[in-house]
This record gives sequence, C-alpha cells and structure tokens, in this order.
Amino acid sequence: MQGNLSLFADLFLTFAKIGLFTFGGGYAMISMIETYCVESKRWITHDEMMSVTVIAESTPGPIAINCATYVGHKKAGFAGAVIATLGIVFPSFIVILIVSEFLAGFMNITVIAQAFSGVKIAAGLLIIKAAVNMFVKMRRNNIQSAIILSSLALSLSVNASPALLMIISAIAGIFLFRGKK
Amino acid sequence: MIYAELFSAFLVIGCLSFGGAYGAIPLIRDTVLRYGWIADDELSYMIAVSESTPGPIMVNLATYIGNTQAGFFGAFLATLAVVLPSFVVILVASSALKRYGGNKYLQSAMKGLKPCIAGIILAVGLQLSMKQCIDVRACLMTAILAGILFAVKISPVKFIVISAFLGVIANLVG
Repeated sequence: MQGNLSLFADLFLTFAKIGLFTFGGGYAMISMIETYCVESKRWITHDEMMSVTVIAESTPGPIAINCATYVGHKKAGFAGAVIATLGIVFPSFIVILIVSEFLAGFMNITVIAQAFSGVKIAAGLLIIKAAVNMFVKMRRNNIQSAIILSSLALSLSVNASPALLMIISAIAGIFLFRGKK
Repeated sequence: MIYAELFSAFLVIGCLSFGGAYGAIPLIRDTVLRYGWIADDELSYMIAVSESTPGPIMVNLATYIGNTQAGFFGAFLATLAVVLPSFVVILVASSALKRYGGNKYLQSAMKGLKPCIAGIILAVGLQLSMKQCIDVRACLMTAILAGILFAVKISPVKFIVISAFLGVIANLVG
C-alpha cells in the first residue's frame, strides 16, 4: 500500500507538472510527456507513446488527457488513470478559476481593455491559421475537398450545427472511403 | 437546471472533439450561443487567454464557462464532462490497442470527419474575425495582425502578446 501511495503521488505530481508548464495544449504536450514518462520515469516505451498518439488522433479529446489516462492505467489500473488525469487537468483548472474571478475587474482597467481589443482579433486569426494548417497538411481527394467546401459553406450561410455536420461527414466517410487506401 | 445543462452540453462537446486543439471550438461556440451563456466577444478573448495559460484549450473553456455560469461546482462539472469521454475511450481502447488502430470503419469515418472539421474551424475563424472588424481601426489591426501571423513563423503566445501591444498602441494613436 505504501508503494501504491508513492506511485499515486508520483503520477499526480508528474502530470500536474506537465499540465502546469504546457501552454496552448496539443502537440506541445507530447514532447513534455515523452520527456517525463518515456525518458526519465520509464513508465511507457517510445512505441507505446506512438500508439497512444495515433489512438488520440482518431478519438475525441485533447491528446494530453488521452496520454495521462493511458499511462495512469498502465501503471496503477483504474485509480491510476483517475489520478493521472486529475493531475494533468488540475493546474489549468485552478489557473482558469483564478482568471475568471479577476477578469471582469481587470477589464475595468483602461489599458487592459485596450490590450484585449487587439487580443480578440488575434484569437479569430489564430483559428483561421489552425484551419489553414489543417488544409496544408491534409492529403485529400476530390470528395474530401468537397466536404471541406460544403461544411464551410453550410456553417457560414445557414449556421449549420457543427455536431450535425461532423456526424454526417463521419457517416459519409464510412460509406465513401470504406475499403479504400 | 444549469448544472445538468452544463454537464450534458460539455459531455457532447467532449464526445465530438476531434481534430486537435481547435477542433472543439466550433462546438463550444455553437453551444454557448445557443444557451446564451457567453457572447462572441467574450469567447474570443477567452480563446486567447486559454492559449496563454496552461492546459488544453477546450478544458480551459469548459472551466471558464462553468465558473461564470454556476460558480465552482459549475466549473467542476463542465470540466469533468468535457474530459470524461476521452478518459473512457482510452480505458476501453488500451485493452485493445492494436485492433483499435486497424478498425476500418473508424479510419474511413475519420477520412470524412477530418475535412469537415477543417471546414467548420475555418468558418468559425472567419465569423469571429469578421465580428471584430467593426470600424476602420479594427479592420486595420486585423490586416496588420493577419500579415504578421501568415508571414512570420511565430508562437501563438507571442502573437497574442503582440496583439495586446497593438491594441494599446492603436488606442493611443487614435
């Protein structure tokens, strides 16, 4: 039990550290997880890390959460999975709680409000950039290009529900691409 | 009942959040606008705040929206709900790791899903950007920032810091 407790503490603290020092989420976290879980702690192998990354890409949720759950489960079963996942979420949860308590007050400071007039613009542009990067990296055929254009057009013109568009596209994918390379 | 609404809404978002850090933003925007929780303006700067604070963006947004709508317990429930699907999927998948990657239905579904996600992310980016373009000054700032973002390789956090400075300078100039 003593051993279990120290493993639980180690899992929680390691993932809390990863959660605290990773900004922007996503792929930045993979290299942190690689450093801690593969190289220094040797909790999982590099190959396992690759498999989790591949699984993460075709399952919902942030990749960092997927990795934490996987490592925790492998080292200490269900309780380990819960503890590692809590660990990675905990720092950002606290930070955002603090931010949201103080943000309204901050906004009354003129210079902060002015700064945020620029920041709001940056957010929209970053989203456009993320989409453009997806286009560039995606190997696509004509049908997939048509899916891109029609989901863009339906979102802009009739405000189609993103969830509905995604479900339709996934079903279309199964029918159109099944058995194809 | 706000707690049930927060939990179920973010559970759906967690289930459908494919496609990386920005994949969930169209779903979150659709949800918060439908419930009237927060408006585009607040969502835009919270996306920027989430980029500049630790943790995955969708988790940060869940915590923020939960807290603003229903306090600490709301933040807790929304965060739990958004994380739960990825947690469950990995527990189920890790016992069938190899078989899972080869599932042809899943892979062909992803081939349809990925281009759709790219399209709806672009749509949200355009909508939020156009909403900010309210006057000449804002449009000029948008043009300058777009030029920087697409011409230079720059990290999101640095880009947000630059945009904050530009916001202050623009207000000083006129």
